[in-house]
Amino acid sequence: MDMLPILSALKRHKIAATLILLEIALSCAIICNALFIVSQRLDMLNLPSGLDETHLVEIGVSGIGDQGDTDARTLRDIASLRAIPGVDGVSISNQLPFQNGSWNTALALTPDQQRPTLNAAQYMVGANALKVMGLKLLAGRDFRVEEYQGYNELEAKGSNAWSGQPVILSKPAADKLFPDGSAVGKTIYMANLSLNVIGVVDTLLRPNMQGNNRSYSVIFPIWGGRYLIRVTNPADRAAVLAKAEAVLLKNDPRQLIWRKQTYEDGRADYFAADRDMIGLLLLVCGLLLLVTALGIVGLTSFWVSQRRRQIGVRRALGATRGNILRYFQTENFLIVTLGIVLGMALAFALNVVLMKFYELPRLPLAYLPAGAIALWLLGQVSVLGPALRAAAVPPVVATRS
Amino acid sequence: MLTYYLELALRSLKRNKVLTALMVLAIGLGIGASMTTLTVFKVLSGDPMPGKSERLFHVQLDPEDKQGYHEGEEPQLDLTRFDSEELLRQHKGVRQALMTGGGGTIEPQDSTLKPFSVGMRYASSEFFPMFDVPFASGQGWSAADDDAHARVVVISRALGEKLFKRGEAVGQELQVDGHALRIIGVLDDWSPKPLFYDLNVGKFDRDEDVFVPFSTAMDLELSRNGNMNCFGREITDDMQAVDAPCAWMQYWVELASPSDAAGFKTYLDNYSSQQRAAGRFERPPNTRLRNLTEWLDFMHAVPGDVRLQMWLALGFLLVCLVNTIGLLLAKFLRRSGEVGVRRALGASRSEIFRQFLVEAGMVGMAGGVLGLLLALLGLWAVRHRPTEYAALAHLDGSMLLLTFVLALLSSLLAGVLPAWRATKIAPALQLKSQ
Repeated sequence: MDMLPILSALKRHKIAATLILLEIALSCAIICNALFIVSQRLDMLNLPSGLDETHLVEIGVSGIGDQGDTDARTLRDIASLRAIPGVDGVSISNQLPFQNGSWNTALALTPDQQRPTLNAAQYMVGANALKVMGLKLLAGRDFRVEEYQGYNELEAKGSNAWSGQPVILSKPAADKLFPDGSAVGKTIYMANLSLNVIGVVDTLLRPNMQGNNRSYSVIFPIWGGRYLIRVTNPADRAAVLAKAEAVLLKNDPRQLIWRKQTYEDGRADYFAADRDMIGLLLLVCGLLLLVTALGIVGLTSFWVSQRRRQIGVRRALGATRGNILRYFQTENFLIVTLGIVLGMALAFALNVVLMKFYELPRLPLAYLPAGAIALWLLGQVSVLGPALRAAAVPPVVATRS
Repeated sequence: MLTYYLELALRSLKRNKVLTALMVLAIGLGIGASMTTLTVFKVLSGDPMPGKSERLFHVQLDPEDKQGYHEGEEPQLDLTRFDSEELLRQHKGVRQALMTGGGGTIEPQDSTLKPFSVGMRYASSEFFPMFDVPFASGQGWSAADDDAHARVVVISRALGEKLFKRGEAVGQELQVDGHALRIIGVLDDWSPKPLFYDLNVGKFDRDEDVFVPFSTAMDLELSRNGNMNCFGREITDDMQAVDAPCAWMQYWVELASPSDAAGFKTYLDNYSSQQRAAGRFERPPNTRLRNLTEWLDFMHAVPGDVRLQMWLALGFLLVCLVNTIGLLLAKFLRRSGEVGVRRALGASRSEIFRQFLVEAGMVGMAGGVLGLLLALLGLWAVRHRPTEYAALAHLDGSMLLLTFVLALLSSLLAGVLPAWRATKIAPALQLKSQ
C-alpha cells in the first residue's frame, strides 16, 4: 500500500495523531515497567524455601509466669504431639523461611577477621529437624542425638558453651565460606566462638530479606521455639493442628497458643502484600489498555465521520472496500509504531528512575518486542470497528453535498 | 452567560452520549485510582506529632569498636542501655525518655476472660509529657518512680475497658507475666500511626497497651522485642545488661526550639569524645540528631509499595487525560459548523473558548463524581486487605475536596487545547461548506 497519501492526511491531523501516539507511548512505558515489577514479584513468590512445604504445620506455645523446667515441658509436649495419629515426625525450630523478623549471626573464617565473611540466618532446631522439615543433606552428616541440647540448658552455661558446636550450613553459605566445596570438617567462627561444620544442606532460605541475601543459613542443634509437625498426608493438616492444640492444652491448660497454622498458610500471609501489588499492577495495566483502546476507537471514529466524503470519492473512483479498510489499518499501524518507538524510550527512562528509588533491576530487552506486538494488536483490534464502518461508506456519498 | 454555556454544554454532551460516557469514564477511572492511592499515601505520611515534630529529636551514637569502621557510615539506629541511661541522667534537653518495646501475657482477674498477650513499652517517666500522651484518668509515673523501680503501670483505654468493663481501672492490680503491678493511669485514645518512636516493632499495625517504667521492667525481666544489635569481639551473655555492647534502646529528646538542635548535637559529640577518652568508645564522634519528620523520612516510614502505587495511579491519570484531550478535540471539531454560525453571529474567539471550557469542566465534574465513588470503593478494598495499614484508609474532608479540584483542574487542562483549536475555526469556510 502506498504510504504517501496516509502521511499527507496525517499531516493535516497533527494534533489528534500526536495525542494517540502520546497515549500509546505513555501506556507502553507504564505497562512495560509494571509487568516487569509483576514478574519480579512472581519470581519471589515462587522461591523454593527448601522445606517440604505441603507436609508441614507449626504450633507455638508459651507459658505464663515462672515455668520451672521449660526444657522438660518441651520434651513432654513433643512426646504428646508425636502420638497424634497422622503425624510423621515432630521437631522444633526458632524460625522458618518467609516470616517477618529473623534471628541472624555473622560468620567468619578466623576469630579476628576485620569484616565477617557473611551474615547467615541462625536456625536452632530440635531432633529430627532435617527429616521433619524435608531438608536435603548434600554432604557430611545430620546431627547425632547426643548433640542436641535445650536452649535454656545451654543459656545457663554461659556463652562459652556455644564454642565447638557442630553446625550444618546451607549450600550457598558453605560455598561462600569455602568456594572449593570443602566445607565439611572445617572450623568457622561466630565472633570469637568456633563452630564445626558437620554437614551441608541444599536450600534453606532466611526468614526474611534481612541483609540483602536470602540464601545464607546456619543450623544449630539447639532447641527452643515453635513445634514443627510433619504430617503423613497433607489432607490431614487441619485435623492434626486441632488435635495438637488440644493435646498441648491438656498438658498445661494455662499455655498460650501464639502460632497455629499450616506452613503454606504462613507463607501465603507473608506474601499477601506482594500478591495484592501484583493484582493491582495487572488491574492498572488492564485499565490502561482499555482506556487507550477506547481513545483509539473514539478518535478513529471521528476521522471516519469527518472523511465520509473523501471515502465516497475514493470508492467512486474505484477503490475497493478492502482498500479503505487497509487504509485505516495502515494509518493506525503507523501511529502505533511511532508510539511504540517513543514508548520504549520512555519505558527505559522510567526504569532508570525506578532502579534508583526501588532497587529494581534493569528492564530486560525481551520486554520490547513483547510490548510492541501487544500494542500493535491492541491498535489493530481497536481500529477494526471504525475502519469497517469506513469501508461500508457507499460511493454514492461522493455525489451528495 | 455561564448558564447559557452550561445549557449548550449539556445539550452537546447529551447529543453524543457514547463519546461523553467515554470521557467521563476515563476521567473517573483516573481520578478514582489517584484519589485511592493519594489518600493512603497521605494517611501514612501524616505528621504523628503536629506542632511538635520540629522539636522532637531521635538520638544516635556510634558505640561500636574500631573494627570495620568507615568514616561517615550510619551509626547504630538504637542506643546501648549504658548510653541511654547516662544521657537521661545528664538530662540536657527540655524533656527526654529512653524506651524499648516489649510483650507479655495479661492474666485477667475476671476468670471468664482467658489470658492474652499484649504489646508493651518500657520507658522512663517523661515519655508521657514529651509525646503529649492524653490521660483519661490517673497519670503517668514520676522520675522518682523510675528511680524506685516502682511496681506501677499505665494501660490503654481499650485494655482498661476489656479488663474492668465500666469500672475504674486506676488503683487496680494488673497481672503481667505473673507479676502484680498497680495501675496508676489509663490513657485516652492514643495510638500514633506510624509508631514513630520505634519503627522496628511494627509501623502501622502495632498497638501498645501496657506502659511500664523501664527500670521496673528490667527488674522483673519482662521480655522485650524490637531491634537488638550486638557488636564487639565477643559473644555477649546478657544482652540486656547495662554494660552489654548491644544497641536496642530508643532515645528521644524534646528541645525548646528547633534552633537548639545544633547545640544538642555538639553535646552528643562531646559525650562521644568523653566516652572515647574513657575507653568505652573506639570511634571518633559519629552522632545523628534527626527531628521527627527527618527521622520518618530517613526510615522510609511510608512503605515503598505505597509510593509506587501513587505514582502508578498518577501515571494512569495522565494517560486518561491525554485520552480525554483527544476525545474532546474530536468532539469540538465535529461542531465546526456550530462554531462557524456562532462566530458569524458575533461571538468572539474568547467566548467560544469559554463555552468549550465550560463543557470540558462539566465532563470533569461528572468524572469527579464517578471518581469519588471509585475511590470510596478502592479504599473499601484497601481496608479489607491484609496490609498493616488497612484500618487507616479513610477519605477525609480535605481529600474529598481535592477529588473535585483534581477532577475539575484536569478536565479544564484537557479542554484547553481542543477549545483553543476550536477558536481557530474560520467562520466563513464553515458557512460556505454547509
